[in-house]
Amino acid sequence: MSDTPLSKSDQPGTIARLLRDGQVRAVLAQLFVVGIVVLLGWIGISNVLENLARQNIASGFGFLDENAGFGVNQTLVDYDAGSTYGQAFWVGLTNTLLVAVLGVFLTTLLGFAVGIGRLSSNWLVAKLCAAYVETLRNIPLLLQIFFWYFGVLKALPHPRDSIALGEGFLVNIRGVYFPRAVGEEGIAIVLFALLAGIVATIVLSRAAARHLLRTGQVRKIWLIGLGLIVGLPLALYFVLGQPLGLDMPQASRFNVKGGVRIIPELIALVLALTTYTASFIAEIVRAGILSVPKGQSEAAAALGLPNGLTLRKIIIPQAMRVIIPPLTSQYLNLTKNSSLAVAIAYPDLVSVFAGTTLNQTGQAVEILGLTMTVYLLLSLSTAGFMNWFNSRMAIRGRS
Amino acid sequence: MMLNWMRANLFSSWGNSLLTLISLWLVWVIGSGIVEWALIDAIFTGDNREACLVPGAGACWPYVGAKWNQFIYGRYPLESQWRVDLIFAMGAGALIPSMIEGMRGRRWFVLFLLLPFPVITYVLLTGGMFGLAEISSDLWGGLVVTLIVAVTGIVASLPLGILLALGRQSDLPLIKAICVVFIEFWRGVPLITVLFMASVMLPLFLPDGVVIDKLLRCLIGVALFSSAYMAEVVRGGLQALPKGQTEGAQALGLSYWQSMRLIILPQALRLVIPGIVNTFIGLFKDTTLVLIIGLFDLLGIIQLTFTDAGWSTPQTHNTGYVVAAFIFWIFCFAMSRYSQRMEKRLDVTGER
Repeated sequence: MSDTPLSKSDQPGTIARLLRDGQVRAVLAQLFVVGIVVLLGWIGISNVLENLARQNIASGFGFLDENAGFGVNQTLVDYDAGSTYGQAFWVGLTNTLLVAVLGVFLTTLLGFAVGIGRLSSNWLVAKLCAAYVETLRNIPLLLQIFFWYFGVLKALPHPRDSIALGEGFLVNIRGVYFPRAVGEEGIAIVLFALLAGIVATIVLSRAAARHLLRTGQVRKIWLIGLGLIVGLPLALYFVLGQPLGLDMPQASRFNVKGGVRIIPELIALVLALTTYTASFIAEIVRAGILSVPKGQSEAAAALGLPNGLTLRKIIIPQAMRVIIPPLTSQYLNLTKNSSLAVAIAYPDLVSVFAGTTLNQTGQAVEILGLTMTVYLLLSLSTAGFMNWFNSRMAIRGRS
Repeated sequence: MMLNWMRANLFSSWGNSLLTLISLWLVWVIGSGIVEWALIDAIFTGDNREACLVPGAGACWPYVGAKWNQFIYGRYPLESQWRVDLIFAMGAGALIPSMIEGMRGRRWFVLFLLLPFPVITYVLLTGGMFGLAEISSDLWGGLVVTLIVAVTGIVASLPLGILLALGRQSDLPLIKAICVVFIEFWRGVPLITVLFMASVMLPLFLPDGVVIDKLLRCLIGVALFSSAYMAEVVRGGLQALPKGQTEGAQALGLSYWQSMRLIILPQALRLVIPGIVNTFIGLFKDTTLVLIIGLFDLLGIIQLTFTDAGWSTPQTHNTGYVVAAFIFWIFCFAMSRYSQRMEKRLDVTGER
């Protein structure tokens, strides 16, 4: 451009010429935007400092060491009313992670089942699965949580009228109770045998797979595996004189003593998150399976593979490449949606920390900052892990 | 005919027959349960809870009749509810023609919805002008608030999302970085923390003496949150366009903004209409979260009516939830069907 001859009268002034230069304009535009962002940030932060100073709120994370003084009805880490806000944070975080792990596991099972069911050759099963998806994904999650919590679980009878589901299982308005396993002397040996059995079976099946690849012969190892995982620990269990006691829940007038209690908040939250997210996963699974060319299943049929094996060995592995990226974002959605716990007072991170702790201390900026950082880290690390996993799963270049 | 069809589709093998029987049993249990609860055992008339306290009673429909006005309008004064009706009528009247492809003057309806309609809605709802009585937003509630939050979210997030998507695709490193950080931040945190931020933290960021209405604060939070999701949808459309489009625009001597406005965006946005509608469905369902920070949307109002001792029965909760679920379901299902139809249409035009 610059060597295009221009007549004297066409040449604009220096500043105007600079403004038309693409690179100069790019720098100016960026400076302008950055300037606005910095200015907004500066105004905001100075307002925050001014407001905090006026309200006499000390900023900083010192409050984490102060005494929390409130109780929590489900704790996975040591906590009591004398613990600090910092410990309350851990209680909330572990409770969030518990819901996320349970939810991801269950919703994967249900979602895959419904997604495959929608493609079933059985007309009724396909229609039922379609109805499931279309109903559940079009109703707000919060409404579903409320339904399970207030409509179903809070409508259960009081402890004295507990419903007994078989020996040692009680259901009432305060939750679900089941026997607690109490290990006695020798239980460690049984558990160790179980672990060793699982490891040995994994090693064996790997060896069998290698054998299959090398020689083409199938080694049946499932019987050996069954013996290692179930038989050996069971035999040890009886040899050592059944070193496991059961602490049965006993219903009394106002409460249930003994056993393990699952609070209704957890049940409602996991149920709603699982069934809701499964409706999305089902659609993802269906799209993934449909993306596998029809020739693949026809070829498998031509080889004489039965339907179940075709699905497991041919279709699903290829569909997984399409399924995994959106599946990951559903897992993340589930984790983020678990924050709706606050609406039914399940003690998750948002409820315990951004709710109770925030109300007691008033440290809005620090607490919300910390809470959001936790979710951001969860999101970014999961996204990073899945990107890595995805690049491993991707078809190696065909070129 | 019928028998052949059944043999092929329901009883082709032992396993299939078993599945069919289990499914039939499921259909029977769920179907008969719903019919019994909603029709056979349900109570249809009554003036208060007494009517629904019959042992073994199903749905308590008179409760819905008594509270219906609140479900829709919240605590909006009765004598001013015509204003809300007028807004509903105008909105529906402009929305329906603007959704039909090939409708004459379609763009004018869309333009009306995007520009004057929000202003008219604001004036009519708040009042205090043109002789209309002023009505504080504390009194708004029910479906009105649900629709306000959802529609504001979508209308505000669309332009913001487009700008963010363009920024993320930009060659300018600083602008790109700012947009990436902005988008990933909002997409990484749950909406409920955003709403908490809007309700307790946003006031701290404002100078002393400036007070923003709670509903407005919540709207700002929702708009920023959904703009990040919208940006990713739009980015999908931008990436789907062949590079030749940009290069062609450049070859014609169009500037960046001209090529975006005239060449790129019209094509990209058309491609992502289904994605936009899906984002809107998500946002519409997410509006229920505002009840956690103390606003009364449809679900919030229904929760509130449960505290009315005059209608407290064992079935009030479930009746209320079923009504709310049905209303939300109708809206979301209609939208998802629309988006599916658009998807099919776009597919067809793409292959030609």
